[in-house]
Amino acid sequence: MKNEKRELIDKDGLRVDGRKKDELRPIKIMVGVLSNADGSAYIEQGKNKIIAAVYGPREVHPRHLALPDRAILRCRYHMAPFSVEERKSPAPSRRELELSKVIREALEPTVFLEQYPRTAIDLFIEVLQADGGTRCAGITIGSLALADAGIPMRDLVVACAAGKVDGQIVLDLNDIEDKEGEADVPVAMMPNLNLITLLQMDGLLTPEEFEEALNLSIEGCRRIYALQKKALKEKYISIREEVET
Amino acid sequence: MVSRIRQRQIAKLLTSGKRLDGRSLTEYREIKVEPGIIERAEGSALVHIGRTKVLAGVKVEIGEPFSDRPNEGVLTVNSEFVPLASPEFEAGPPGEESIELARVVDRGIRESKAIDLEKLCIIPGKKVFVVFIDIYVLNHDGNLIDASALAAMAALINTKIFNYELEGEEVKIKLGYTQLPVVNYPISVTFAKINDKMIVDPGLDEEEVMDARFTVTFDKNGNICAMQKGGGGTFTKEQILEAIRIGREKAEEIRRLII
Repeated sequence: MKNEKRELIDKDGLRVDGRKKDELRPIKIMVGVLSNADGSAYIEQGKNKIIAAVYGPREVHPRHLALPDRAILRCRYHMAPFSVEERKSPAPSRRELELSKVIREALEPTVFLEQYPRTAIDLFIEVLQADGGTRCAGITIGSLALADAGIPMRDLVVACAAGKVDGQIVLDLNDIEDKEGEADVPVAMMPNLNLITLLQMDGLLTPEEFEEALNLSIEGCRRIYALQKKALKEKYISIREEVET
Repeated sequence: MVSRIRQRQIAKLLTSGKRLDGRSLTEYREIKVEPGIIERAEGSALVHIGRTKVLAGVKVEIGEPFSDRPNEGVLTVNSEFVPLASPEFEAGPPGEESIELARVVDRGIRESKAIDLEKLCIIPGKKVFVVFIDIYVLNHDGNLIDASALAAMAALINTKIFNYELEGEEVKIKLGYTQLPVVNYPISVTFAKINDKMIVDPGLDEEEVMDARFTVTFDKNGNICAMQKGGGGTFTKEQILEAIRIGREKAEEIRRLII
């Protein structure tokens, strides 16, 4: 299996799914998809299907976790057992625990936590189907779910990965490119403040290649940010239309 | 919780390019590596960075390969924040800090292909050597990631595997040892950002007031093999690129301590 390494970029410069090097996968974002949650959002990015919900600000359980001067933000990134090729045990893996931490830290800088002392804001991200780049897509809708819950934020947070595949720097890796490619650089940022809130890398890149990948993922973030804003507006425009008619 | 006074003191010193313990912004504390101090382990090393102490032990066992990599040995990294290392640490299952640390160390070793895993195959698809790296934090005075990554690498370098011969599918252990095939030497460099100043090798007092943390790991050719941002703060693109420039030089310096 490993020996017959497939070509990830063909002679015309197109990738396994027919995309150009700097092209995003098709993205569909919806806001306010769950009636029980205070805020929620859903994304399809390639074959990724991910849903996020925010509960809070609400009472903290267990109580001793509460902070006297601000809210705590908690995040659980979780993959459904059927979301990947081989069934994933529903118990949280070490990978999921690490991602929960870095996603929380990617969103924390944007939330005015000091406005809700002694409360908890809980964000749940469930990956229903995984196709590479789930942490980034999770952050993109995580920040939308926070906004949908009406939680005051400095900016939205948007995330996108770039990486190296067949020796070339490409945008928004899918599952195959992620697994068989040479490097993956997920980036999250606050697009209006121009601040990076998540940065990870695995693989092998020269410092020059890294800079190229970083610039490309920032460019990807900007394009997804436009879709994010549109999805957020769509929900509230449709509510207004309902009210007015 | 650190006092606001301490926080202001650290931030104020940084604006004049100084730190509480007199270091420059790009200076590490004294680093000491003591390899091979646990005789029972196949490999080990104790690393001191200032008062931070991390012990890494390597055990090698025979196990099964992963089904998608039948010809390769298995590498696992685990870390323990032992309660004796800090008043903040508690006994119990590993917390997210400890899991993140182990996974960042793992990424550096794996992505730089530091161990030639194909040489650890005994019978393809059936038997391979499994290399367990266990990181034991003994005293927490900041920058556990760099200390752990260095201890893990130093331990791997002095790891020896028992010789064996095959009788059918039975592995018979023979006298003598062979060196673990280590072919790359990843080194991680960690920065803390405090009030928009980037400093290397944050001590515990600096970690307690930092806005965010950034770790970058370089292989022996100066290429980047892992990165991790931590903490609930932000970085500008320029700060990241600057950290990579400085980190690359620092990694060279530190690598000389282990090879």
